[in-house]
Amino acid sequence: MTDVTPDKNVGGGEPPPTTSPPDNGWRQEYWRKNLRLMVILLAIWFVVSFVFGILLIQPLNNIEILGFPLGFWFAQQGSIYTFVILILVYAKMMDRMDDQFGVSERPAEGGEK
Amino acid sequence: MTQIQGWTLGFIILTFALYLGIAWRSRVKETTGFYVAGQGIPTVANGAAVAADWMSAASFISMAGLIAFLGSDGSIYLMGWTGGYVLLALLIAPYLRKWGKFTVPEFVGDRYSETVRTIAAVAAIIISFTYVVGQMRGGGIVFSRFLGLDITGGVIVAALIIFAYAVLGGMKGITWTQVSQYTVLIIAYLIPAIAVAQQMTGLPIPQVTFGQILGELNALSTQMGLSQFTEAFSARPQIDVFLVTMSLMIGTAGLPHVIIRFYTTKTVRGARYSAFWALFFIALLYTTAPAVGAFTKLNLLQDVNGVAADSLPRWIENWAATGLVTVNENAQTIQTVSNSATSGADLIVNNDILVLASPEIAGLPAPIVGLVAAGGMAAAMSTAAGLLLVISSSFSHDLYFRRVKRDSTDKQRLLAGRIAMGLAVLISVYAGINPPAFVAQVVAFAFGLAAASFFPIIVLGIFWKRCNATGAAAGMVSGMAFTAAYMIYTLEVFGTSANPHIFDISPEAIGTIGAIVNFIVTIVVSKMTAPPPEEISEMVESIRYPAARRAVPAGSTGDSA
Repeated sequence: MTDVTPDKNVGGGEPPPTTSPPDNGWRQEYWRKNLRLMVILLAIWFVVSFVFGILLIQPLNNIEILGFPLGFWFAQQGSIYTFVILILVYAKMMDRMDDQFGVSERPAEGGEK
Repeated sequence: MTQIQGWTLGFIILTFALYLGIAWRSRVKETTGFYVAGQGIPTVANGAAVAADWMSAASFISMAGLIAFLGSDGSIYLMGWTGGYVLLALLIAPYLRKWGKFTVPEFVGDRYSETVRTIAAVAAIIISFTYVVGQMRGGGIVFSRFLGLDITGGVIVAALIIFAYAVLGGMKGITWTQVSQYTVLIIAYLIPAIAVAQQMTGLPIPQVTFGQILGELNALSTQMGLSQFTEAFSARPQIDVFLVTMSLMIGTAGLPHVIIRFYTTKTVRGARYSAFWALFFIALLYTTAPAVGAFTKLNLLQDVNGVAADSLPRWIENWAATGLVTVNENAQTIQTVSNSATSGADLIVNNDILVLASPEIAGLPAPIVGLVAAGGMAAAMSTAAGLLLVISSSFSHDLYFRRVKRDSTDKQRLLAGRIAMGLAVLISVYAGINPPAFVAQVVAFAFGLAAASFFPIIVLGIFWKRCNATGAAAGMVSGMAFTAAYMIYTLEVFGTSANPHIFDISPEAIGTIGAIVNFIVTIVVSKMTAPPPEEISEMVESIRYPAARRAVPAGSTGDSA
């Protein structure tokens, strides 16, 4: 793991503090937020593909837009667009969270080989 | 040589020269470079390489044709093969990148135990190998069809070229070669699709405009004895559509040759964006595919509807030579069309020719036909090369180095990997020339097995610290055994007879149930046995955070990692 972020471990001259509770506090917070974001995005993933594109495809097909029955459109077009956006949103939100918690790798990115 | 053959040969030679040139320029001598390109690949390029790796002959050559005849139910492939990337991006890729190891068996070996690593390495080799066979066959078909070689010659030529640059270049060569292959294949796919959309609807955006022709297509399909294009569950029952889609998604997220790609990014953040770019590039083709299917089917039906059997369009004659298009000899005029050889329809068209033939069916010029053939080759070869790399790394890293010779040098391991690759090519050439009768089922095997073996134990390994080696080994073995048993039960393989599907669940769908079995067994057995050692919990904890913590503006203690 150190080979990914070789410059991090030389940063602090002070010995590591022995109190772990505050340390675990931010860790749990970060992980909890990560999981919440993940669950929300996966819920959307499930709804557009399995609910709109499969379970409710027949009722949705009664609605027609630009010649596409709506359920059919979700199954063959809409779900794929949503998947792409979901991953982009995840990457962007995680960037923000990493910055917020000080675990971002970005400053190091240009410096590494 | 016809004009079409000339253009095809020209494009294929030109693109091959490009791939080989790139592979030669970026050939490597060290083990790390061979497998993971020294982790110096930009995320956009890495995304394009994942896309090329992922989109095989099946995506490029077969999928639109399948959709043309499956209609609405073709969405199992569209959603199944794209939705898996959401799982990969959110549940797997960033964490495995942080772990920082070469292969999936390596992660599993560190997280669980050496036994689990060996099981995983063998599974990775089996899964990857079944894929390579399909690619060799796909490449061989393109060569033989357009260049007038027989199928044996076509497969051998394709194999030689794939082997040459996979061995020379390793991962770095493959990454940049695959970027160029992605470029070739997406251009080859989009140009005819855009041209056909322009021709039929006046707007060059196939994804948007194919809605306009759906009504007409439905009416004509019904008239010619086919089910309506937009009618759901005409080809498969609803429960099966659900389970196949899920199986393809989690199979995708568990495929070793896709996962290994995320080690080639520099950072955890890079892994997230690589997943985004990969799916973006894949979506370009996958959103076009249903349009190609619909346009080509309408063109085809209009071309032949009510036409006398002796005055059919030229493309039918061209493709009849391959045996993949047949006109019923008793037919005076064409009244019915089917993709099934046993349907007795007046005109029978094999799914696999639709993409390759679509420019001809639409009457587009010969250079475009040649370009599509070159694109089909790019798809087959890029995937095959990535798969060979997984076979070679699993063998040299996880079996040879760990099990046979622990003190082997870098050079010996590289050699072992290349020998494994060579052997895999030889066996797959043989299998490509003499395909087992069940090539299509073998693909289902590979997905189902990946879904039932890797996905559950990787996800649990990241998200559940309590998960231990005994649980993972039991889960993986039972998931795989269950899945394989049902496949053998329902398919005609190894001389067994095919039994009817239970609860309408097809063998392609059983991977979903296998994954559930794996999850349950892993959790129950882990709970019943001792928790993993403390250092494993710490390792799992550490992969959840991209970097060690720095001082943050909020003024917290900013302490050590």
